[in-house]
Amino acid sequence: MTSMSLSRGHVEILQFLRDRTSVIFTFLFPALLLLLFGTIFGDSYDQPGVSASQVYAASMLAYGILTTGFVTMGAGLALDREDGTLKRLRGTPLPIMSYLIGKLLLVLVLAVAEAALLILVGVLVYDMPLPDASHWLTFSWLFVLSVVACTLLGIAVSGIVKHARNAGAILNVPVVVLQFISGVFIHPITQLPSWLITVASFFPIKWMAQGFRYVFLPDGMKSLEAAGSWELGRTALVLGAWCVIGLVLCLTTFRWSERDR
Amino acid sequence: MEAIEVTGLRKTYKDKEAVRGIDLVVARGEIFALLGPNGAGKTTSVEILEGHRRRDGGDVRVLGEDPGTAGPSWRSRIGIVLQDASDAADLTVTEMVRHVAGFYPEPREAAEVIELVGLTPKRNSKIRKLSGGQRRRVDVALGIIGRPELLFLDEPTTGFDPQARRQFWDLIRTLAGDGTTILLTTHYLDEAEALADRLAVLADGAIVAEGTPATLGGRAAGGAKVSWQENGRTRTEQLADPSDLIRKLAADGTDLRTLTITRPTLEDTYLDLIGARR
Repeated sequence: MTSMSLSRGHVEILQFLRDRTSVIFTFLFPALLLLLFGTIFGDSYDQPGVSASQVYAASMLAYGILTTGFVTMGAGLALDREDGTLKRLRGTPLPIMSYLIGKLLLVLVLAVAEAALLILVGVLVYDMPLPDASHWLTFSWLFVLSVVACTLLGIAVSGIVKHARNAGAILNVPVVVLQFISGVFIHPITQLPSWLITVASFFPIKWMAQGFRYVFLPDGMKSLEAAGSWELGRTALVLGAWCVIGLVLCLTTFRWSERDR
Repeated sequence: MEAIEVTGLRKTYKDKEAVRGIDLVVARGEIFALLGPNGAGKTTSVEILEGHRRRDGGDVRVLGEDPGTAGPSWRSRIGIVLQDASDAADLTVTEMVRHVAGFYPEPREAAEVIELVGLTPKRNSKIRKLSGGQRRRVDVALGIIGRPELLFLDEPTTGFDPQARRQFWDLIRTLAGDGTTILLTTHYLDEAEALADRLAVLADGAIVAEGTPATLGGRAAGGAKVSWQENGRTRTEQLADPSDLIRKLAADGTDLRTLTITRPTLEDTYLDLIGARR
Protein backbone atom coordinates (compact mmCIF):
# COMPACT_ATOMS: atom_id res chain seq x y z
CA MET A 1 0.00 0.00 0.00
CA THR A 2 2.89 2.37 0.76
CA SER A 3 4.34 2.05 -2.73
CA MET A 4 0.90 2.56 -4.29
CA SER A 5 0.35 5.70 -2.19
CA LEU A 6 3.75 7.06 -3.17
CA SER A 7 3.02 6.24 -6.80
CA ARG A 8 -0.29 8.14 -6.53
CA GLY A 9 1.52 11.09 -4.94
CA HIS A 10 4.10 11.08 -7.73
CA VAL A 11 1.41 11.06 -10.43
CA GLU A 12 -0.60 13.78 -8.67
CA ILE A 13 2.43 16.09 -8.45
CA LEU A 14 3.41 15.36 -12.05
CA GLN A 15 -0.08 16.25 -13.27
CA PHE A 16 -0.21 19.41 -11.15
CA LEU A 17 3.12 20.68 -12.48
CA ARG A 18 2.09 19.99 -16.08
CA ASP A 19 -1.12 21.98 -15.70
CA ARG A 20 0.19 25.53 -15.89
CA THR A 21 -3.15 27.13 -15.04
CA SER A 22 -3.26 25.59 -11.59
CA VAL A 23 0.39 26.42 -10.96
CA ILE A 24 -0.22 30.08 -11.67
CA PHE A 25 -3.66 30.58 -10.21
CA THR A 26 -3.61 28.53 -7.05
CA PHE A 27 0.07 28.36 -6.30
CA LEU A 28 1.46 31.78 -7.19
CA PHE A 29 -1.64 33.79 -6.31
CA PRO A 30 -0.99 34.13 -2.53
CA ALA A 31 2.54 35.42 -3.21
CA LEU A 32 1.12 37.88 -5.71
CA LEU A 33 -1.41 39.11 -3.15
CA LEU A 34 1.36 39.45 -0.58
CA LEU A 35 3.37 41.65 -2.93
CA LEU A 36 0.28 43.68 -3.69
CA PHE A 37 -0.79 44.24 -0.06
CA GLY A 38 2.78 44.79 1.03
CA THR A 39 3.21 47.51 -1.59
CA ILE A 40 -0.14 49.22 -0.97
CA PHE A 41 -0.02 49.32 2.82
CA GLY A 42 3.75 49.67 3.14
CA ASP A 43 4.99 50.56 6.60
CA SER A 44 1.84 52.01 8.12
CA TYR A 45 2.19 50.53 11.62
CA ASP A 46 2.70 52.31 14.92
CA GLN A 47 4.44 49.30 16.45
CA PRO A 48 8.24 49.88 16.39
CA GLY A 49 10.28 47.46 14.28
CA VAL A 50 7.32 45.93 12.51
CA SER A 51 5.99 46.84 9.10
CA ALA A 52 2.55 46.07 7.73
CA SER A 53 4.17 44.07 4.96
CA GLN A 54 5.75 41.77 7.55
CA VAL A 55 2.37 41.27 9.21
CA TYR A 56 0.92 40.38 5.82
CA ALA A 57 3.76 37.98 5.10
CA ALA A 58 2.99 36.08 8.30
CA SER A 59 -0.80 36.12 7.95
CA MET A 60 -0.69 35.24 4.27
CA LEU A 61 0.79 31.85 5.20
CA ALA A 62 -2.65 30.93 6.50
CA TYR A 63 -4.20 31.95 3.20
CA GLY A 64 -1.61 30.00 1.22
CA ILE A 65 -2.24 26.81 3.17
CA LEU A 66 -5.99 27.27 2.96
CA THR A 67 -5.97 27.61 -0.83
CA THR A 68 -3.55 24.73 -1.37
CA GLY A 69 -5.38 22.40 1.01
CA PHE A 70 -8.99 23.40 0.63
CA VAL A 71 -9.22 24.60 -2.97
CA THR A 72 -6.71 22.19 -4.56
CA MET A 73 -8.33 19.28 -2.80
CA GLY A 74 -11.96 20.31 -3.26
CA ALA A 75 -11.60 21.17 -6.94
CA GLY A 76 -9.21 18.28 -7.62
CA LEU A 77 -11.58 15.71 -6.19
CA ALA A 78 -14.56 17.11 -8.08
CA LEU A 79 -12.51 16.92 -11.26
CA ASP A 80 -11.35 13.37 -10.54
CA ARG A 81 -14.97 12.40 -10.09
CA GLU A 82 -15.95 14.02 -13.37
CA ASP A 83 -13.14 12.93 -15.69
CA GLY A 84 -13.25 9.27 -14.67
CA THR A 85 -10.12 9.16 -12.48
CA LEU A 86 -12.04 7.91 -9.46
CA LYS A 87 -14.11 5.49 -11.49
CA ARG A 88 -10.98 4.05 -13.07
CA LEU A 89 -9.19 3.68 -9.73
CA ARG A 90 -12.20 2.13 -8.08
CA GLY A 91 -12.12 -0.64 -10.69
CA THR A 92 -8.55 -1.52 -9.67
CA PRO A 93 -7.20 -3.05 -6.44
CA LEU A 94 -5.95 0.39 -5.33
CA PRO A 95 -7.21 1.04 -1.78
CA ILE A 96 -9.15 4.29 -1.32
CA MET A 97 -6.67 5.30 1.39
CA SER A 98 -3.81 5.20 -1.13
CA TYR A 99 -5.73 7.57 -3.36
CA LEU A 100 -6.35 9.98 -0.47
CA ILE A 101 -2.75 9.73 0.76
CA GLY A 102 -1.63 10.53 -2.78
CA LYS A 103 -3.75 13.68 -2.69
CA LEU A 104 -2.44 14.55 0.77
CA LEU A 105 1.14 14.15 -0.49
CA LEU A 106 0.36 16.59 -3.30
CA VAL A 107 -1.08 19.09 -0.83
CA LEU A 108 1.86 18.64 1.57
CA VAL A 109 4.45 19.25 -1.16
CA LEU A 110 2.48 22.24 -2.45
CA ALA A 111 1.97 23.65 1.04
CA VAL A 112 5.68 23.35 1.90
CA ALA A 113 6.60 25.05 -1.37
CA GLU A 114 3.90 27.68 -0.84
CA ALA A 115 5.09 28.44 2.70
CA ALA A 116 8.71 28.58 1.53
CA LEU A 117 7.78 30.98 -1.24
CA LEU A 118 5.82 33.29 1.07
CA ILE A 119 8.53 33.26 3.75
CA LEU A 120 11.12 33.95 1.05
CA VAL A 121 9.15 36.96 -0.21
CA GLY A 122 8.72 38.14 3.40
CA VAL A 123 12.44 37.84 4.12
CA LEU A 124 13.83 39.12 0.83
CA VAL A 125 11.34 41.86 0.00
CA TYR A 126 10.10 42.98 3.42
CA ASP A 127 13.08 42.20 5.70
CA MET A 128 11.01 39.86 7.85
CA PRO A 129 13.42 38.38 10.44
CA LEU A 130 13.47 34.56 10.70
CA PRO A 131 12.47 33.28 14.16
CA ASP A 132 14.41 31.10 16.62
CA ALA A 133 14.18 27.32 17.06
CA SER A 134 11.32 27.26 19.57
CA HIS A 135 9.19 29.34 17.23
CA TRP A 136 9.99 26.94 14.37
CA LEU A 137 8.76 24.11 16.58
CA THR A 138 5.44 25.92 16.95
CA PHE A 139 5.51 26.52 13.21
CA SER A 140 5.80 22.76 12.54
CA TRP A 141 2.76 21.64 14.51
CA LEU A 142 0.77 24.61 13.37
CA PHE A 143 1.67 23.86 9.76
CA VAL A 144 0.77 20.16 10.00
CA LEU A 145 -2.53 20.78 11.79
CA SER A 146 -3.45 23.50 9.28
CA VAL A 147 -2.65 21.37 6.24
CA VAL A 148 -4.53 18.35 7.57
CA ALA A 149 -7.61 20.35 8.61
CA CYS A 150 -7.80 22.25 5.29
CA THR A 151 -7.24 19.12 3.23
CA LEU A 152 -9.90 17.10 5.04
CA LEU A 153 -12.38 19.98 4.70
CA GLY A 154 -11.51 20.19 1.01
CA ILE A 155 -12.34 16.49 0.56
CA ALA A 156 -15.56 16.93 2.49
CA VAL A 157 -16.68 19.99 0.54
CA SER A 158 -15.99 18.32 -2.83
CA GLY A 159 -19.14 16.29 -2.18
CA ILE A 160 -21.33 19.35 -2.70
CA VAL A 161 -19.54 20.46 -5.87
CA LYS A 162 -21.72 19.07 -8.66
CA HIS A 163 -19.63 20.12 -11.64
CA ALA A 164 -15.88 20.60 -11.60
CA ARG A 165 -16.14 23.78 -13.67
CA ASN A 166 -18.03 25.44 -10.79
CA ALA A 167 -15.57 24.27 -8.16
CA GLY A 168 -13.39 27.39 -8.22
CA ALA A 169 -16.38 29.69 -7.80
CA ILE A 170 -17.98 27.67 -5.01
CA LEU A 171 -14.81 27.03 -3.05
CA ASN A 172 -13.45 30.56 -3.25
CA VAL A 173 -16.50 32.13 -1.62
CA PRO A 174 -15.81 30.76 1.88
CA VAL A 175 -12.07 31.23 1.33
CA VAL A 176 -12.25 34.93 0.45
CA VAL A 177 -14.90 35.75 3.05
CA LEU A 178 -12.80 34.11 5.75
CA GLN A 179 -9.68 36.07 4.70
CA PHE A 180 -11.51 39.31 5.38
CA ILE A 181 -12.94 38.39 8.77
CA SER A 182 -10.03 36.32 10.10
CA GLY A 183 -7.31 38.98 10.30
CA VAL A 184 -5.50 37.99 7.08
CA PHE A 185 -6.46 40.87 4.78
CA ILE A 186 -7.48 43.21 7.60
CA HIS A 187 -5.33 43.44 10.68
CA PRO A 188 -5.49 44.34 13.57
CA ILE A 189 -8.52 42.09 13.62
CA THR A 190 -9.89 44.27 16.45
CA GLN A 191 -11.06 46.80 13.85
CA LEU A 192 -13.89 44.38 13.05
CA PRO A 193 -17.20 44.34 14.94
CA SER A 194 -16.88 41.94 17.84
CA TRP A 195 -19.67 39.66 16.58
CA LEU A 196 -17.76 39.18 13.34
CA ILE A 197 -14.65 38.20 15.29
CA THR A 198 -16.80 35.72 17.17
CA VAL A 199 -17.99 34.24 13.88
CA ALA A 200 -14.42 34.04 12.55
CA SER A 201 -13.32 32.30 15.75
CA PHE A 202 -15.42 29.27 14.87
CA PHE A 203 -13.34 28.67 11.73
CA PRO A 204 -9.72 27.50 11.51
CA ILE A 205 -8.27 30.32 9.43
CA LYS A 206 -8.33 32.95 12.20
CA TRP A 207 -6.27 30.67 14.42
CA MET A 208 -3.89 29.73 11.65
CA ALA A 209 -3.16 33.40 10.86
CA GLN A 210 -2.79 34.26 14.55
CA GLY A 211 -0.40 31.33 15.02
CA PHE A 212 1.79 32.33 12.10
CA ARG A 213 1.93 35.89 13.41
CA TYR A 214 3.19 34.48 16.71
CA VAL A 215 5.92 32.61 14.85
CA PHE A 216 7.19 35.50 12.73
CA LEU A 217 6.39 38.73 14.61
CA PRO A 218 7.86 40.23 17.81
CA ASP A 219 6.07 39.21 21.00
CA GLY A 220 4.75 42.75 21.51
CA MET A 221 2.42 42.36 18.56
CA LYS A 222 0.15 40.13 20.64
CA SER A 223 -1.52 43.31 21.95
CA LEU A 224 -3.14 43.68 18.53
CA GLU A 225 -4.80 40.25 18.69
CA ALA A 226 -8.44 39.85 19.65
CA ALA A 227 -7.62 38.38 23.06
CA GLY A 228 -4.48 40.50 23.56
CA SER A 229 -2.43 37.27 23.66
CA TRP A 230 -1.27 34.53 21.22
CA GLU A 231 -3.60 31.82 22.63
CA LEU A 232 -1.45 28.95 21.30
CA GLY A 233 -3.25 26.30 23.35
CA ARG A 234 -6.63 27.34 22.08
CA THR A 235 -5.27 27.43 18.52
CA ALA A 236 -4.11 23.82 18.78
CA LEU A 237 -7.48 22.86 20.24
CA VAL A 238 -9.56 24.55 17.53
CA LEU A 239 -7.42 23.22 14.67
CA GLY A 240 -7.41 19.73 16.21
CA ALA A 241 -11.20 19.89 16.47
CA TRP A 242 -11.45 20.86 12.79
CA CYS A 243 -9.26 17.91 11.85
CA VAL A 244 -11.73 15.62 13.63
CA ILE A 245 -14.77 17.37 12.12
CA GLY A 246 -13.16 17.21 8.66
CA LEU A 247 -12.43 13.51 9.03
CA VAL A 248 -15.99 12.74 10.12
CA LEU A 249 -17.41 14.79 7.22
CA CYS A 250 -15.10 12.98 4.79
CA LEU A 251 -16.15 9.57 5.96
CA THR A 252 -19.84 10.40 5.88
CA THR A 253 -20.01 12.39 2.63
CA PHE A 254 -17.37 10.84 0.36
CA ARG A 255 -18.78 9.77 -3.00
CA TRP A 256 -16.97 7.87 -5.75
CA SER A 257 -19.04 9.37 -8.57
CA GLU A 258 -21.47 12.21 -9.13
CA ARG A 259 -24.31 9.72 -9.51
CA ASP A 260 -23.30 7.14 -6.94
CA ARG A 261 -25.82 4.67 -5.48
CA MET B 1 -17.61 -22.34 -11.37
CA GLU B 2 -19.04 -19.87 -13.88
CA ALA B 3 -17.45 -16.46 -14.41
CA ILE B 4 -20.74 -14.59 -13.94
CA GLU B 5 -23.99 -15.82 -12.39
CA VAL B 6 -26.91 -13.44 -12.06
CA THR B 7 -30.43 -14.23 -10.90
CA GLY B 8 -33.31 -11.80 -10.58
CA LEU B 9 -31.16 -8.65 -10.80
CA ARG B 10 -33.14 -5.47 -10.15
CA LYS B 11 -32.29 -1.77 -10.06
CA THR B 12 -34.63 1.19 -9.72
CA TYR B 13 -33.74 4.87 -10.10
CA LYS B 14 -36.20 7.15 -8.34
CA ASP B 15 -39.30 6.41 -10.44
CA LYS B 16 -37.79 4.32 -13.24
CA GLU B 17 -37.18 0.58 -13.11
CA ALA B 18 -33.94 0.35 -15.09
CA VAL B 19 -33.30 -3.36 -14.63
CA ARG B 20 -36.28 -5.65 -14.12
CA GLY B 21 -35.19 -9.09 -13.08
CA ILE B 22 -32.27 -10.24 -15.23
CA ASP B 23 -30.93 -13.82 -15.19
CA LEU B 24 -27.55 -14.36 -16.81
CA VAL B 25 -24.80 -16.96 -16.84
CA VAL B 26 -21.44 -16.40 -18.49
CA ALA B 27 -19.08 -19.38 -18.60
CA ARG B 28 -15.35 -19.11 -18.08
CA GLY B 29 -13.40 -18.40 -21.25
CA GLU B 30 -16.49 -17.23 -23.08
CA ILE B 31 -17.01 -14.00 -25.03
CA PHE B 32 -20.50 -12.89 -24.10
CA ALA B 33 -22.14 -9.88 -25.76
CA LEU B 34 -24.94 -7.83 -24.27
CA LEU B 35 -26.92 -5.99 -26.94
CA GLY B 36 -29.63 -3.43 -26.57
CA PRO B 37 -30.70 0.09 -27.45
CA ASN B 38 -29.70 3.09 -25.35
CA GLY B 39 -31.58 3.12 -22.07
CA ALA B 40 -32.18 -0.64 -22.12
CA GLY B 41 -30.21 -1.10 -18.90
CA LYS B 42 -26.93 -2.40 -20.36
CA THR B 43 -24.61 0.01 -18.62
CA THR B 44 -26.50 -0.20 -15.33
CA SER B 45 -26.28 -4.00 -15.37
CA VAL B 46 -22.60 -4.01 -16.25
CA GLU B 47 -21.78 -1.41 -13.61
CA ILE B 48 -23.45 -3.58 -10.98
CA LEU B 49 -21.34 -6.54 -12.10
CA GLU B 50 -18.20 -4.37 -11.96
CA GLY B 51 -18.97 -3.31 -8.40
CA HIS B 52 -19.50 0.33 -9.44
CA ARG B 53 -23.16 0.43 -8.57
CA ARG B 54 -25.43 -1.07 -5.96
CA ARG B 55 -28.32 -3.32 -6.83
CA ASP B 56 -31.80 -3.25 -5.36
CA GLY B 57 -32.49 -6.95 -5.67
CA GLY B 58 -31.30 -10.29 -6.95
CA ASP B 59 -28.24 -12.44 -6.51
CA VAL B 60 -24.96 -11.65 -8.28
CA ARG B 61 -21.76 -13.71 -8.32
CA VAL B 62 -18.78 -12.52 -10.33
CA LEU B 63 -15.74 -14.84 -10.17
CA GLY B 64 -17.48 -16.40 -7.17
CA GLU B 65 -17.88 -13.17 -5.19
CA ASP B 66 -20.56 -10.55 -4.65
CA PRO B 67 -19.28 -7.39 -6.43
CA GLY B 68 -21.15 -5.25 -3.89
CA THR B 69 -18.88 -6.39 -1.06
CA ALA B 70 -15.78 -7.78 -2.82
CA GLY B 71 -12.41 -6.26 -1.96
CA PRO B 72 -9.09 -5.42 -3.63
CA SER B 73 -8.08 -9.05 -4.28
CA TRP B 74 -11.26 -9.56 -6.33
CA ARG B 75 -10.62 -6.31 -8.20
CA SER B 76 -7.15 -7.52 -9.12
CA ARG B 77 -8.83 -10.39 -11.04
CA ILE B 78 -11.16 -8.23 -13.14
CA GLY B 79 -10.40 -5.63 -15.79
CA ILE B 80 -12.67 -2.74 -16.69
CA VAL B 81 -12.48 -0.74 -19.89
CA LEU B 82 -14.16 2.58 -19.22
CA GLN B 83 -16.56 4.05 -21.73
CA ASP B 84 -16.04 7.81 -21.45
CA ALA B 85 -13.07 8.58 -19.24
CA SER B 86 -10.88 11.61 -19.92
CA ASP B 87 -8.56 11.22 -16.93
CA ALA B 88 -4.76 11.39 -16.78
CA ALA B 89 -4.70 13.83 -19.71
CA ASP B 90 -1.35 15.28 -18.65
CA LEU B 91 0.43 11.94 -18.34
CA THR B 92 2.04 10.07 -21.21
CA VAL B 93 0.71 6.69 -22.32
CA THR B 94 3.69 4.86 -20.81
CA GLU B 95 3.51 6.79 -17.53
CA MET B 96 -0.17 5.99 -17.04
CA VAL B 97 0.09 2.32 -18.04
CA ARG B 98 3.10 1.82 -15.72
CA HIS B 99 1.31 3.66 -12.92
CA VAL B 100 -1.80 1.46 -13.09
CA ALA B 101 0.34 -1.68 -13.51
CA GLY B 102 1.69 -0.95 -10.04
CA PHE B 103 -1.72 -1.65 -8.46
CA TYR B 104 -1.75 -5.32 -9.52
CA PRO B 105 0.05 -8.31 -8.04
CA GLU B 106 1.08 -9.82 -11.41
CA PRO B 107 0.75 -7.17 -14.10
CA ARG B 108 1.65 -7.58 -17.75
CA GLU B 109 4.68 -5.71 -19.06
CA ALA B 110 3.67 -2.11 -19.84
CA ALA B 111 5.54 -2.00 -23.17
CA GLU B 112 4.00 -5.31 -24.23
CA VAL B 113 0.45 -4.08 -23.52
CA ILE B 114 1.08 -0.79 -25.32
CA GLU B 115 2.30 -2.78 -28.33
CA LEU B 116 -0.75 -5.05 -28.12
CA VAL B 117 -3.14 -2.09 -28.43
CA GLY B 118 -1.03 -0.58 -31.20
CA LEU B 119 0.12 2.54 -29.36
CA THR B 120 3.86 1.96 -29.44
CA PRO B 121 4.43 4.95 -31.79
CA LYS B 122 2.44 7.11 -29.33
CA ARG B 123 3.91 5.74 -26.11
CA ASN B 124 5.57 9.01 -25.12
CA SER B 125 2.68 11.27 -26.13
CA LYS B 126 0.52 12.97 -23.54
CA ILE B 127 -2.86 11.27 -23.40
CA ARG B 128 -4.45 14.70 -23.99
CA LYS B 129 -2.92 14.77 -27.47
CA LEU B 130 -4.37 11.44 -28.63
CA SER B 131 -7.32 11.02 -30.99
CA GLY B 132 -10.59 9.59 -29.70
CA GLY B 133 -9.81 6.11 -30.96
CA GLN B 134 -6.28 6.17 -29.54
CA ARG B 135 -7.64 7.37 -26.21
CA ARG B 136 -9.98 4.34 -26.12
CA ARG B 137 -7.04 2.06 -26.80
CA VAL B 138 -5.34 3.50 -23.71
CA ASP B 139 -8.50 2.51 -21.80
CA VAL B 140 -8.19 -1.01 -23.19
CA ALA B 141 -4.50 -1.16 -22.23
CA LEU B 142 -5.39 -0.10 -18.67
CA GLY B 143 -8.17 -2.69 -18.58
CA ILE B 144 -5.87 -5.60 -19.42
CA ILE B 145 -2.63 -4.52 -17.72
CA GLY B 146 -3.49 -6.49 -14.56
CA ARG B 147 -3.89 -9.81 -16.43
CA PRO B 148 -7.62 -10.05 -15.63
CA GLU B 149 -9.55 -13.32 -15.60
CA LEU B 150 -12.64 -11.39 -16.61
CA LEU B 151 -12.70 -8.29 -18.77
CA PHE B 152 -15.62 -5.85 -19.02
CA LEU B 153 -15.87 -3.93 -22.29
CA ASP B 154 -18.62 -1.34 -22.41
CA GLU B 155 -19.07 -0.23 -26.03
CA PRO B 156 -15.34 -0.46 -26.68
CA THR B 157 -15.12 0.45 -30.37
CA THR B 158 -17.27 3.59 -30.44
CA GLY B 159 -15.30 6.15 -32.44
CA PHE B 160 -12.93 3.62 -34.05
CA ASP B 161 -12.30 3.67 -37.79
CA PRO B 162 -12.96 0.34 -39.60
CA GLN B 163 -9.33 -0.68 -39.60
CA ALA B 164 -8.90 0.07 -35.92
CA ARG B 165 -12.03 -1.96 -35.17
CA ARG B 166 -10.64 -5.01 -37.01
CA GLN B 167 -7.38 -4.70 -35.07
CA PHE B 168 -9.33 -4.37 -31.87
CA TRP B 169 -11.35 -7.50 -32.64
CA ASP B 170 -8.11 -9.41 -33.20
CA LEU B 171 -6.90 -8.20 -29.84
CA ILE B 172 -10.10 -9.41 -28.14
CA ARG B 173 -9.75 -12.80 -29.84
CA THR B 174 -6.14 -13.01 -28.66
CA LEU B 175 -7.21 -12.28 -25.08
CA ALA B 176 -10.04 -14.80 -25.28
CA GLY B 177 -7.58 -17.32 -26.74
CA ASP B 178 -5.50 -16.91 -23.57
CA GLY B 179 -8.56 -17.87 -21.52
CA THR B 180 -9.83 -14.40 -20.53
CA THR B 181 -13.60 -14.28 -20.09
CA ILE B 182 -15.05 -11.24 -21.82
CA LEU B 183 -18.32 -9.44 -21.24
CA LEU B 184 -18.96 -7.00 -24.04
CA THR B 185 -21.74 -4.49 -24.57
CA THR B 186 -22.12 -3.03 -28.01
CA HIS B 187 -24.40 -1.25 -30.44
CA TYR B 188 -22.72 -2.87 -33.40
CA LEU B 189 -24.29 -6.12 -34.49
CA ASP B 190 -21.40 -7.03 -36.78
CA GLU B 191 -19.16 -6.71 -33.75
CA ALA B 192 -21.31 -9.05 -31.68
CA GLU B 193 -21.53 -11.49 -34.57
CA ALA B 194 -17.79 -11.41 -35.19
CA LEU B 195 -16.74 -11.83 -31.57
CA ALA B 196 -19.39 -13.35 -29.34
CA ASP B 197 -19.74 -17.00 -28.46
CA ARG B 198 -23.12 -16.20 -26.96
CA LEU B 199 -25.22 -13.07 -26.66
CA ALA B 200 -28.31 -11.67 -25.01
CA VAL B 201 -30.59 -8.84 -26.09
CA LEU B 202 -31.70 -6.43 -23.41
CA ALA B 203 -34.75 -4.23 -23.97
CA ASP B 204 -36.49 -2.11 -21.38
CA GLY B 205 -34.58 -3.65 -18.49
CA ALA B 206 -35.27 -7.28 -19.34
CA ILE B 207 -33.60 -9.95 -21.47
CA VAL B 208 -35.80 -10.61 -24.50
CA ALA B 209 -33.62 -13.21 -26.19
CA GLU B 210 -30.47 -15.18 -25.55
CA GLY B 211 -28.46 -17.53 -27.72
CA THR B 212 -25.52 -17.81 -30.09
CA PRO B 213 -25.19 -15.34 -32.98
CA ALA B 214 -26.54 -18.07 -35.29
CA THR B 215 -29.56 -19.06 -33.22
CA LEU B 216 -30.59 -15.84 -31.48
CA GLY B 217 -34.31 -15.17 -31.46
CA GLY B 218 -35.11 -18.25 -33.58
CA ARG B 219 -32.86 -16.97 -36.35
CA ALA B 220 -31.84 -20.52 -37.40
CA ALA B 221 -35.48 -21.53 -37.75
CA GLY B 222 -36.48 -18.21 -39.26
CA GLY B 223 -36.60 -19.62 -42.79
CA ALA B 224 -35.50 -17.93 -45.96
CA LYS B 225 -36.68 -15.41 -48.48
CA VAL B 226 -36.36 -16.60 -52.08
CA SER B 227 -36.66 -14.17 -54.94
CA TRP B 228 -36.06 -14.43 -58.67
CA GLN B 229 -37.02 -12.75 -61.95
CA GLU B 230 -39.77 -14.31 -64.03
CA ASN B 231 -41.06 -12.72 -67.24
CA GLY B 232 -39.49 -9.41 -66.23
CA ARG B 233 -41.19 -9.39 -62.81
CA THR B 234 -39.64 -9.97 -59.41
CA ARG B 235 -41.20 -12.88 -57.54
CA THR B 236 -40.64 -13.35 -53.81
CA GLU B 237 -41.56 -16.19 -51.49
CA GLN B 238 -40.99 -16.52 -47.72
CA LEU B 239 -40.48 -20.17 -46.74
CA ALA B 240 -39.41 -22.24 -43.74
CA ASP B 241 -37.52 -24.57 -46.09
CA PRO B 242 -36.80 -23.37 -49.65
CA SER B 243 -35.56 -26.76 -50.95
CA ASP B 244 -38.75 -27.85 -52.70
CA LEU B 245 -39.26 -24.49 -54.39
CA ILE B 246 -35.70 -24.42 -55.74
CA ARG B 247 -36.05 -27.98 -57.10
CA LYS B 248 -39.33 -27.07 -58.79
CA LEU B 249 -37.92 -23.86 -60.33
CA ALA B 250 -34.90 -25.75 -61.66
CA ALA B 251 -37.08 -28.51 -63.11
CA ASP B 252 -39.33 -25.93 -64.80
CA GLY B 253 -36.35 -24.47 -66.58
CA THR B 254 -36.83 -21.00 -65.01
CA ASP B 255 -33.95 -18.57 -65.59
CA LEU B 256 -32.15 -18.66 -62.21
CA ARG B 257 -29.39 -16.14 -62.88
CA THR B 258 -31.08 -13.59 -60.61
CA LEU B 259 -32.03 -16.05 -57.85
CA THR B 260 -31.28 -14.89 -54.29
CA ILE B 261 -31.91 -16.70 -51.03
CA THR B 262 -31.62 -14.52 -47.96
CA ARG B 263 -31.87 -15.54 -44.36
CA PRO B 264 -32.64 -12.97 -41.61
CA THR B 265 -29.48 -11.11 -40.57
CA LEU B 266 -28.62 -10.66 -36.94
CA GLU B 267 -29.69 -7.08 -37.43
CA ASP B 268 -33.18 -8.08 -38.66
CA THR B 269 -33.57 -10.44 -35.72
CA TYR B 270 -32.35 -7.81 -33.31
CA LEU B 271 -34.67 -5.10 -34.63
CA ASP B 272 -37.61 -7.52 -34.39
CA LEU B 273 -36.66 -8.34 -30.82
CA ILE B 274 -36.40 -4.78 -29.58
CA GLY B 275 -39.22 -3.56 -31.85
CA ALA B 276 -41.62 -6.04 -30.28
CA ARG B 277 -41.18 -4.25 -27.01
CA ARG B 278 -42.03 -0.80 -28.22
